[in-house]
Amino acid sequence: MTGGTWKHAPGFYAGDRPQVVTSRFQYEDSYTLERYLATDGYKGLRSALARPANEIHDEVKNATVLGRGGAGFPAGNKWGLMPQGVWPRYLVVNGDESEPGTYKDRLLMERDPHQLIEGCLIASYAAGLSQCFLYIRGEMALAQERVAAALNEAYAAGYIGKNILGSKFSLDIVLHWGAGAYVVGEETALIESLEGNRGMPRLKPPYFPAANGLYGQPTIVNNVETLANLPWLLNNGAAAYTAIGTATSPGTRMVAVSGHVNRPGVFEIINGITTFRDLLYGDEFCQGIRNGNDLKAFVPGGGSAPWFTPDQLDLPFEASQVGPAGSMLGSGAIMVMDSTTDIPRAALTLTRFYAHESCGKCTPCREGGTWLERILSRVVDGKGTDADLDQIFEVGESICPGAFPHASNEKLGIAAVPFPYRMNTICFVGPSAYAPVHSALTLFRSEFDARIVKRTMIKVTAVSE
Amino acid sequence: MTTIDTTDTNDLPPQDPNAVSITINGRTVAARKGDLIIAAADSVDEYIPRFCYHPRMSSVGMCRQCMVEVEGPRGPMMVVSCMTPVADGQIVRTDTPQVKRAQEGMIELLLANHPLDCPVCDKGGECPLQDQAFSHGAGESRFVEEKRHYEKPIAISELVFLDRERCILCDRCTRFADEVAGDPLISFTQRGNNTQVMTFPDEPFASYFSGNTVQICPVGALTASPYRFKARPWDLEQRESTCTTCSVGCRTVVQSSRDELLRYQGVDSDPVNWGWLCDKGRFNFQSINSDDRLSTPQIKSGDTYAAASWSDALESVARVIRHSREGSVAILGGARGTNEDAFMWGALADAVGVTMRDAQLDDGLPESVFSYAQATIDSACAGGTVILLAPDLKEELPVLYLRLRDAVQKKKIRLIEISSHETGLTKYAWKSIRAESGTAAGVIPMLLAQADVSAQLSSGPVVIVAGRPNLAESASHTMDALSAVLAVAPSASVLPVLRRGNVRGALSLGLAPRNGNDAAAILEASAKGNVDCLILLGADPLSDVADIDLARRGIAGAKFVVAIDTFLTASASHADVVLPAAAYGEKDGTTMNLEGRVTSVVQKITPHGTSRADWMIAVELLTLLGHESNFTTLSDIQDAMSAAVPGFGTTTTAVAIKRDGVVVSVAPPSSAPAATSVAGPRNSYEFRLDLSRKLFDRAIGTITSPSLANLATEANVFIHPLDLDRVGAAEGTNVRVTNSHSSIVLPVRASSSVPRGTAWVPFNQIGADVRELIRRNESIIDVRIESM
Amino acid sequence: MARLTEENVRLAREIIGRYPKARSATIPLLHLAQEQDGYVTNEAMSHIGELVGASSAEVFGTASFYEMFKFEPVGKYLINICGTMSCALMGAEELMHHAEERLGIKMGSTTADGKFTLERAECQAACTEAPCLQVNYRYRYRVTPDQLDTLIDDLSAGTLSSEIPAHGVVASVRQHIPADRGVGAVAPETVTENPVWLDGKAAL
Repeated sequence: MTGGTWKHAPGFYAGDRPQVVTSRFQYEDSYTLERYLATDGYKGLRSALARPANEIHDEVKNATVLGRGGAGFPAGNKWGLMPQGVWPRYLVVNGDESEPGTYKDRLLMERDPHQLIEGCLIASYAAGLSQCFLYIRGEMALAQERVAAALNEAYAAGYIGKNILGSKFSLDIVLHWGAGAYVVGEETALIESLEGNRGMPRLKPPYFPAANGLYGQPTIVNNVETLANLPWLLNNGAAAYTAIGTATSPGTRMVAVSGHVNRPGVFEIINGITTFRDLLYGDEFCQGIRNGNDLKAFVPGGGSAPWFTPDQLDLPFEASQVGPAGSMLGSGAIMVMDSTTDIPRAALTLTRFYAHESCGKCTPCREGGTWLERILSRVVDGKGTDADLDQIFEVGESICPGAFPHASNEKLGIAAVPFPYRMNTICFVGPSAYAPVHSALTLFRSEFDARIVKRTMIKVTAVSE
Repeated sequence: MTTIDTTDTNDLPPQDPNAVSITINGRTVAARKGDLIIAAADSVDEYIPRFCYHPRMSSVGMCRQCMVEVEGPRGPMMVVSCMTPVADGQIVRTDTPQVKRAQEGMIELLLANHPLDCPVCDKGGECPLQDQAFSHGAGESRFVEEKRHYEKPIAISELVFLDRERCILCDRCTRFADEVAGDPLISFTQRGNNTQVMTFPDEPFASYFSGNTVQICPVGALTASPYRFKARPWDLEQRESTCTTCSVGCRTVVQSSRDELLRYQGVDSDPVNWGWLCDKGRFNFQSINSDDRLSTPQIKSGDTYAAASWSDALESVARVIRHSREGSVAILGGARGTNEDAFMWGALADAVGVTMRDAQLDDGLPESVFSYAQATIDSACAGGTVILLAPDLKEELPVLYLRLRDAVQKKKIRLIEISSHETGLTKYAWKSIRAESGTAAGVIPMLLAQADVSAQLSSGPVVIVAGRPNLAESASHTMDALSAVLAVAPSASVLPVLRRGNVRGALSLGLAPRNGNDAAAILEASAKGNVDCLILLGADPLSDVADIDLARRGIAGAKFVVAIDTFLTASASHADVVLPAAAYGEKDGTTMNLEGRVTSVVQKITPHGTSRADWMIAVELLTLLGHESNFTTLSDIQDAMSAAVPGFGTTTTAVAIKRDGVVVSVAPPSSAPAATSVAGPRNSYEFRLDLSRKLFDRAIGTITSPSLANLATEANVFIHPLDLDRVGAAEGTNVRVTNSHSSIVLPVRASSSVPRGTAWVPFNQIGADVRELIRRNESIIDVRIESM
Repeated sequence: MARLTEENVRLAREIIGRYPKARSATIPLLHLAQEQDGYVTNEAMSHIGELVGASSAEVFGTASFYEMFKFEPVGKYLINICGTMSCALMGAEELMHHAEERLGIKMGSTTADGKFTLERAECQAACTEAPCLQVNYRYRYRVTPDQLDTLIDDLSAGTLSSEIPAHGVVASVRQHIPADRGVGAVAPETVTENPVWLDGKAAL
């Protein structure tokens, strides 16, 4: 593979790295069936159908294909959680990409929809899923068009539908689309939305989708990128897959780096090895902080993730190291803040996002998220008091009881609190409203102190003496 | 034979494979697999605060108030106790600092946007949010921001107001509307901090069960117009009772202040109503407070009434009875009273030799319906098949509808419905067959012989719900249909659904017809001049008897009419003597629901004016008529009743005061076998008449309750849309409905719930009275419909 | 301002047919209604409720949860300017102020001629191309105030109408499952057995 960047894949830089899911990005017509077939397309499916389904499931398990949606749970294991003997089972593809900073699934859908379709077919064959729903974020018009066109082509050519390629395997893939609600990216909310309801998450347990998902049936919810890995995996085998990356984080993953860097971009990186320093400063990646400024902080794994500072630059893209350091890799989204950044305002931007995107179902998120936003907003406007800063932690405690994860900081002399957090909420949206302001206050308290009005103590003296 | 349910669910046999033992705050608690922690805690009075949890609805785990700590493999875990099932050996703590902090945190967050208008809020004083803010809150709010603002209470129906500022978004009302009532007319709308409960624009929350949402609202967001600003909870006194609006017998509390009834609330009786009430039963207390109530006895002279003393009025009645020819005294009614009322009037009738008596008004079924193996609501809902040969239960026995709907939704039972038009249960039925009036018995053998139906019937118990679906159709058609089902399913049991509150009690305890002299025969005899004294015991034949011509002739033919009632009804206004009766809530006693379940009804307020309980009137008449009477108190009557009525049981009235009462099995009075009717093919009149009741009509208890009075609709005739085309009338225009007896004019409406060839007219609505076309000697009624 | 047209009812039935339960089609049908009228009318919501077996209140409950659905007319071009983290770091606020000045309206409102509606949007998954915006859900990347002016000029002049359809149309390509190829959706409760290919043997 050769390095390169193309106008038709805005923001993507191939570099000289292995390309598991982006190999066709170089072709302008990469989304057509013709190009797909000319570049090993549907070969993985063919080879899968030539083997018993359980072997394919084992192949995926052996490759340890980590979920790319945020939680990082291995796909093969996830499929294995479905109860035996309960039918039908469904596949729901999570293409509702909307975590702040994340930009990868949209590219995969726009640039290589057949690869995703082939991944859906392989997964459904392997796990015995009888219908697939491809849920694409409502605002992604082009992705919807490309996937719709690809589905139409693939149906006509016999890759989807009844007796695929003349085999016993039959599957419908239904294109479904959302209508603008971040929380629907949470898998149980996605299922609610797919059932025609308000996208409000269900409580897990008992609503683990693998056991009790769409229409109450066993359901696999997989991220677009996760499934896009499967054709390559089938073509090249689990051994080739695990040869890339590390034992605990095999393969590659798509990472978007945005914000104050010289060259923001989307990169397919080697999992587990590439460090944040590589990504932010490396020549093949972002080529340093803009205007030669210093790095102040970065969000390592999407807007929900606690923040890192330059202290954490040498951590690799590896969950088992990022977690103990106080954050998460999440959806592969890094947002970079240089020394000019107004930290309280940046925190407000993210907290406002999660407060706005709360579904309203559970109390701590619905009330707490908005409360945090309003306090923070007052502080940013220079009207906050030191009591307001205390109150932020109090509201946070009602959303996430106990110590909240954050990074260590040598200058401040604080140690890391490892990920994950405990939560009083149904899903992670409430905690995500707290994470940015918690990180900002913990790591950059002085910037807040500089903004607030000190509480005036009024001394009351007794009149009668 | 008396059947007393002694099952105590807390008392688990030790060998129960579903028994689990958990520890809550160090106490060992016995529970069953599948129970939720919060329910297990409730069973031992370890109160866990909650807002969204309701034991009769699915858990949603939204308010997060009920978090507790459960010991887990990695130390204590916070879980919501309303969605976490018990597990053997589970260790639960509800009292740790972590739990307390979480509970205080939730209260603070819930109060963040909740207006502090408790002093002017109807819920203040009985508000779960207020109470738990005191018991589980931190005592102060640090929320200094501007609260959410919405337009203050908006009417979401004729009965319910919604104040979105007070709402804490617990999903109770919306879940109730969807899950329990099946009327999802309110929903969460918008999102996040802007989430609010709303109806669809211009579609009100017109559910028959809307009042329940007010009762279960944990704040003052939902209020009911009949109670708004009427009282403070601490001024209310209450007693537990049984609703007698219909024969389901829902448990209630009757609440009053300063001797005025102010509110009924549902009480959770497990075998009956699960805490729910219909809006008619909930709000018709207004009728009892009505200024139009009769307050003193009145004696007619000429065309006017003059107030009289009780002694004068009773003496004049006694005199008429004394001078009546043998066998010429008739008693109609009694189904609206208590068991004790019915028993005493039965005793009076026996003493005086009254052979003409009937608690029904030719609008129910022969009392032989009680002679089949009897089902209960629970047994009908437990499993197997339920066959409906009944009126629209949603309209007539609303809470029974809720129970059957629930059993279908939970996949416990399958419904087979045979009816002449769609009902509230049609969409929940496994099979719903349209049988034109008079033809049900004919289609049943074929229907039940179908392979899938036959397999279904043999897969489990069968319960037949039998009632009078159509007042323009002879009861014999229903009885024939019942026989036809029993011929195929002989081991089926029957749940009779006669509708008046204590009709089963009245028929069982002395007011069933003797020798076939039912209400129709009595009115016919009266029309022929054979009744010297007609006693209307809470009965209004002119409003209720389907053959209005017969009712008119019967009343007119009676030499002397006595009306014992709460209002001067259409029939009472023809009476020579009117005696004011104590109403529901004004007298103690017992009642018997459609299952034969005996429960208590209680006096909460002083009877209006000088009105008296029916039984007292009977006792006084007995004495005046020279019979020895030792009855001075209610318990005298109850003792006598227990002794005299086989099957009523000696402990029944003592057990009846318990919430769930007791099901008794009183031997049915002998009655003449119902004649079999054969309905011929529809004649040239083209439409077969179907006359059935809606929940809200012009019944006296409804029109004298201001909040319900406007809920009756205009009388219409409903026909199939294709029939509307055939008649050539436009929707809503007047048509002439005619047969050989009469002709009336009604607006016509198209309805696809009515099959072709059927003309459905709801009973007793505002407008022309379709009963003009009904003659009871015709077992079905055919009419012609012409555009005008 | 109406119920779905006959042609859209046909499309609606085709869409409903793809799901094991009709109610799943609610959101796609709401999009169809918005495509028809430019926004979602009350009549359309009631009609959708009839088609999928839900009450109007339930359809409204669902619809109002999602930001793309509008319940009153919006401009022909809905300009969504992203204001979330990466775009905020790269000058989204400035872009928004510029748009407000240029069009003479505040965020969240529509120009008097009904041509443009401005909205502040949340993350549009184009974070490396910040600041970004969408016009009727078609992207514009790394937008400068000057480029925004040009875009508005082009939209006003109609030179982009082939690329950017009027508000309501999201995707201009629809999925179509050929009758002879589709497996067909079945109600989950009617399925009791495992799929035929799960028999331990190869499918081909």
